[in-house]
Amino acid sequence: MSEQQIISKTLPLPKGRSLWQDGLRRLGRRRFAMACFVVIVLYFLLAGFIYLAELFDWQVAPIRWSQEVGSQYESPSGENLFGTDIFGQSVLRKTLYGTKTSMTVAMFASFISIAIGVPLGAIAGYFRGFIDEVIVWLYSTLSSIPYILLILAFAVVLRDKTFFGYKLAGITTVYLAIGLTSWVGICRLIRGEVIKHKNREYILAAKSYGCSAKRIIFKHLLPNVFHLIIIDFSLRFVGFIHAEVILSFLGLGETTRPSWGAMINDARIELARGVWWQMATATFAIFFISLALNIFGDALRDSLDPKLRTQ
Amino acid sequence: MAAYIIRRLLYTIPIVFGVLLLTFILFNMVGGDISAEIAGKSASKETIEEIRKERGYDKPLFFSWDSQFVNHFENALTFNLGRALDREPVIDKIKRGVMPSLALTVPMFFGIVIVSVGLSLIVAFVRGSIWDVLTVVICVAGMSIPFLSFILFGQYFLAYKWGLFPIFFSPDLATAQYVALPVLIGIVTGLGANLRFYRTVMLDEMRSDYVRTAFAKGLGPGRVLFKHVLKNAMIPIITRIVLAIPFLFLGSLLLERFFGIPGLGYLMIEAIGSRDYFVINAMTYISAILFVIFNVITDICYALVDPRISFE
Repeated sequence: MSEQQIISKTLPLPKGRSLWQDGLRRLGRRRFAMACFVVIVLYFLLAGFIYLAELFDWQVAPIRWSQEVGSQYESPSGENLFGTDIFGQSVLRKTLYGTKTSMTVAMFASFISIAIGVPLGAIAGYFRGFIDEVIVWLYSTLSSIPYILLILAFAVVLRDKTFFGYKLAGITTVYLAIGLTSWVGICRLIRGEVIKHKNREYILAAKSYGCSAKRIIFKHLLPNVFHLIIIDFSLRFVGFIHAEVILSFLGLGETTRPSWGAMINDARIELARGVWWQMATATFAIFFISLALNIFGDALRDSLDPKLRTQ
Repeated sequence: MAAYIIRRLLYTIPIVFGVLLLTFILFNMVGGDISAEIAGKSASKETIEEIRKERGYDKPLFFSWDSQFVNHFENALTFNLGRALDREPVIDKIKRGVMPSLALTVPMFFGIVIVSVGLSLIVAFVRGSIWDVLTVVICVAGMSIPFLSFILFGQYFLAYKWGLFPIFFSPDLATAQYVALPVLIGIVTGLGANLRFYRTVMLDEMRSDYVRTAFAKGLGPGRVLFKHVLKNAMIPIITRIVLAIPFLFLGSLLLERFFGIPGLGYLMIEAIGSRDYFVINAMTYISAILFVIFNVITDICYALVDPRISFE
C-alpha cells in the first residue's frame, strides 16, 4: 500500500464545495429569501401556464378575460373577487393575464440585453486595444442619453415598423426597446470583471495550453463571472417590469390585451368615480413580484458574491 | 490643469458624434419618411410632396453634401432644432418648458437629498437595531410600488378626496401651490432607493477607524455624525448630485403628465402621443449634451478636490 492510499483510507478527505454549492447552501438558510423565491416561481409558472393555455386553447379563466362576468364597475364581492371594469370584465382575470404580458417583456428584455451586453463586455475586456475603445464608445454614447428618454425614443420609432416581413406591434416593441437600451450596465460590469480576471493564473494556464481566445472567454472567463450576471438580472428584472408598466401606460405597449400598465391607465379615469379596485389589484400584482425580486436579489448577492461576505 | 480640461473636452467629441449617429439611425433610417403620416389620411399627393420637401425627406440619406446625414449633423451642431409638427420652432417649446420643469424637479431633488442623507446618518448610527431593519424594509417596499400608483393614489387622496392641494395645474395658481403635491409625491417615491444608497455609504464610513477614534476621545454622536462622517461621505454624495443635475432639466414625465404641468416632461409625452420625431430628437440631443457637460464638470471637480487624481 502506498503512502497516499493509507492517508486516504484513514483520513477521508472532506468533500469540496464549489462557489455555487456554497452560495446556494447559504441562500437556503435564509427562510424569507426562499419564500420570495417561491413567489417569483409562482409568477413564472402562472405566466407559463397562460402561455400553454393560449397555445393549446385550454378554456381556463385567465385567457377568457374578455368575457363579461357582470355589470359595469361591480365592486369586489364573493362572485367577482376583485370587481369588474368598465366593460364588466373580471379584474382578477385581467390581472392574471397581465402577469404573462409583464413576465414576457421582462424575460425577453433580459435575454436581449444579456445576449448583447455579455459578449461585448467580455470581448472588450479580453482583447482591449481598439476593439475595447469602440465598445466603450458605444456604451458611453448610449449611457449619455437619459434612460427613460432612450427607451421612449426606441419604442416610438420601432412601433408598427416592419422588419423582414415581421411587423412589430404590442409587446414586441416594448421588449425590443427595453432590451436594446439596457445592455450597458451588464456590459460595463462584465468588462471590468474580465479585465480583473485576465491576468489570473488560470487564464495564463489556459493560454499556455494554447486555448483559443473563444475558448478562454466562453469556457474559462464567463463561467467565473456568471454569478454576477444572475445577481445583476435578479435586480434589473424589477426595472424591466416597471418599465413595461410605464410604456403600456403611455400607450406604447400592449393595446389589445390586458397588461398591468394599461389597467393603471384605465384607473386614471376610474378613481374619480371611486372605482379603486382595478388600480389596487394591478398595484399589488406589481408590488409582490417586485418586492420578492428585490429581496431575493439582495439575498442572492449576499450569498454568491464572496467579496461582500465580510459584513 | 488647462491641458487636462481641454483633453477631457476632446473626449466628448466622439460621444456627441455617437449620440448624433444614434438619433440619425433611429429617426432618419429606421423611422424614416413620415410625411404621409404628418399630412394625414386624406391628404393629396401634392401636400405630402410639399411636406417631404419641407422636412428634407426628399434628399438622399448619404453621399451628398446636401444629404440628410450631413444636414442632421449640421443642424444639431448649430442648435438649429427645426420645427415641431405644429410648426412651432422646437427651441421655443423647450424654452417655455424649462422653467415649470425646474420648478418641479429642483425642490423635489433637494428634498430627496436632504431627507435621505439626514435619515441615513441616523439609521447608520442605530445600525442593527429594530429601527434600522424597519427603515430598510420600508425602503425596499417603497421601491417595489410602481411610481404610477404613488402618483395616482397621492393625487386621489391628498388632492381629490381631502382637498389639501390643487388637483391640476392652472395658470392663475402660484408656482408653490401647484408644485407642492407633485414635489411631495416625488420625494416619497425617490426616498426608497436613495435612502438605501446613502445608508450603505454611511455604514462604510461608520466602520472606519477615525469614527472609533472620534468616539474614543469623547465626542458626542451628533458631532461625530455631522462633523466627521458626513464630511467624509461627501464624495459619493456630490457625485450623485452633480450627475443627477442634467436630469432635472428633463422634468418628470409622469408627474407632469398627471398634474398637467406644462414642462418638458409634458412636452415629451405630447410628442410621443403625436409621434413628433422632431421634438423627441431634439430632447434626446439636448439632454445628452447636458449629461456630457456635467460629466466633464464632475471629473474636473474630482481633480480639484482629490489631490491623488493626476492631470496627466
